[in-house]
Amino acid sequence: MAFPRTKNSVLPGFGLTMGYTVLYLSLIVLLPLGALVIKSATLGWAGFWAAAWNTRVVASYKLTFGTSLIAATINAVFGLMVAWTLVRYTLPGKKFIDALIDLPFALPTAVSGIALTAVYAKNGWIGQYLDAIGIKAAFSPLGIVIALTFIGLPFVVRTLQPAIEEIDRESEEAAASLGATRWQTFWRVIFPSVLPALLTGFALSFARALGEYGSVVFISGNMPMKTEIASLLIITKLEQYDYAGATAIATMMLAASFVILFAINAVQWWTARKYRGVA
Amino acid sequence: MVDGTEVSGGRMSVTVQSLPGAIPKGSLVETNLAGRLRLATDERSWVKALLITSTLVFLTLVLFVPLAAIFAEALRKGVAVYFASFTDAHALSAIRLTLLVAIICVPLNLVFGLAASWAIAKFQFPGKSMLITLIDLPFAVSPVISGLIFVLLFGLRGWLGPWLDSYHIQIIFAVPGVILATLFVTFPFVAREVIPLMQEQGSDEELAAVSLGASGWQTFWRVTLPNVKWALLYGVILCNARAMGEFGAVNVVSGHVRGKTNTLPLHVEILYNEYNFAAAFAVASLLALLALITLALKSAVEWRVRREFEQALEPPT
Repeated sequence: MAFPRTKNSVLPGFGLTMGYTVLYLSLIVLLPLGALVIKSATLGWAGFWAAAWNTRVVASYKLTFGTSLIAATINAVFGLMVAWTLVRYTLPGKKFIDALIDLPFALPTAVSGIALTAVYAKNGWIGQYLDAIGIKAAFSPLGIVIALTFIGLPFVVRTLQPAIEEIDRESEEAAASLGATRWQTFWRVIFPSVLPALLTGFALSFARALGEYGSVVFISGNMPMKTEIASLLIITKLEQYDYAGATAIATMMLAASFVILFAINAVQWWTARKYRGVA
Repeated sequence: MVDGTEVSGGRMSVTVQSLPGAIPKGSLVETNLAGRLRLATDERSWVKALLITSTLVFLTLVLFVPLAAIFAEALRKGVAVYFASFTDAHALSAIRLTLLVAIICVPLNLVFGLAASWAIAKFQFPGKSMLITLIDLPFAVSPVISGLIFVLLFGLRGWLGPWLDSYHIQIIFAVPGVILATLFVTFPFVAREVIPLMQEQGSDEELAAVSLGASGWQTFWRVTLPNVKWALLYGVILCNARAMGEFGAVNVVSGHVRGKTNTLPLHVEILYNEYNFAAAFAVASLLALLALITLALKSAVEWRVRREFEQALEPPT
């Protein structure tokens, strides 16, 4: 490891920088997040469950988790394809396309939201064709899936690209020389080696989708019980000064995203251990 | 690079085996329908064409068309309406507030990022990985919840709200709330770029500088900072983009007071909800332009770093 051994370091500034780091971290991050934890603790068990698990809220969880799962799956499939194409093939304007993959990161979510709504609405560029075959894209759960796919795409592509670049071409050659078809090589050699990255990208995209707000509210239509996502419900509760209700839902969603992050770390730990076992 | 030699190694087997006539199945080369040789580690040409086409169609539907739609919708009612959308008093105040928020948040998180990297990379202490996890924490919190926590603290029905109100200090539904929420969501950007790089670089150069008599500040300015300048710039670019574009968190704490607490993304929302689509998309196009500039700068920094890295690998001639 490249860790510097500077226990009794001659370098100055540890007290100053460490003190500032801890102070700033506490003021901006830990104290406000602590407020959420304490607030939900003061609700009491019964009060918490009443706010966090009633029909309208459960409908929003189902919608949020369902659409996020579908969007993350779409991103896993198409993200793998996009990443593979960008790493392995040459095509004109590749660098430009590659840079634009990060657009959903850079574009403010409100802008993404109105742009996707304009495109997928009944009279929009793509929406009109979907409408002609009887598919309602905007203002339906499908619209939410489209927005979440947009927002989650870079997570999958950016996680997969380095993994595909690192694939050992010699093992592909070995598989081919032993008589494997390209398809067999893909499933038995390539896919297993990018699987951890694919799972990580899927989980990151899923976690991001769960908390997404800006790109979804414009395209979803926001009908209670039908197209109302959890983040929107938190805002609705806040606007009614129902802090307890907002806090309960927020605590549930935060717990969900921490579970996913824990799963991502578990995947990475599992991969690291597997590779150490091989080497 | 290592990759290159492997590929040319693969090509060599082509020249050796590319004799005309039957090539046994399962060898490293096969002829395709056009009679051209194909490496066994390449996909069949129709598979390749299918993958490239699907990729382009998917990206067009999801990325390119929405991006183009922003500018098309913005210019739908003509150039005059387009530019009038920016000279509107509320639009100008939204631009000012957005710049103010970025000017406050980016330097604060920049200083924090440098301080945290120095403490974490140059010294050993217990709980280091815990600290790194805590610094990344805001990325795991959704935008709406990032706003909510400040409402719980400073809102009129929050803990400190009534006490602050007795001194006529307003944080929620005012500019300080917007700044605090933005600070929270942009918190990790600089730190998470600089920390890993400084850790990788170690502290040999700093130790050399200090042992030659440089002060701590001199070492930092002349040795450490030049070594991490690209990662720092990268973090600042991303931090700035998020600070100017944050919507969810700011939406919760701002209260949408026109001309006072509206940032550009919030202004877009208000115009859109008033069915003033041309103006909404005009302001949105400004933010889209900012995003494109961000991506261009980001790519330029990445290209620069890769070039320096490759130059460092080349043997001196």
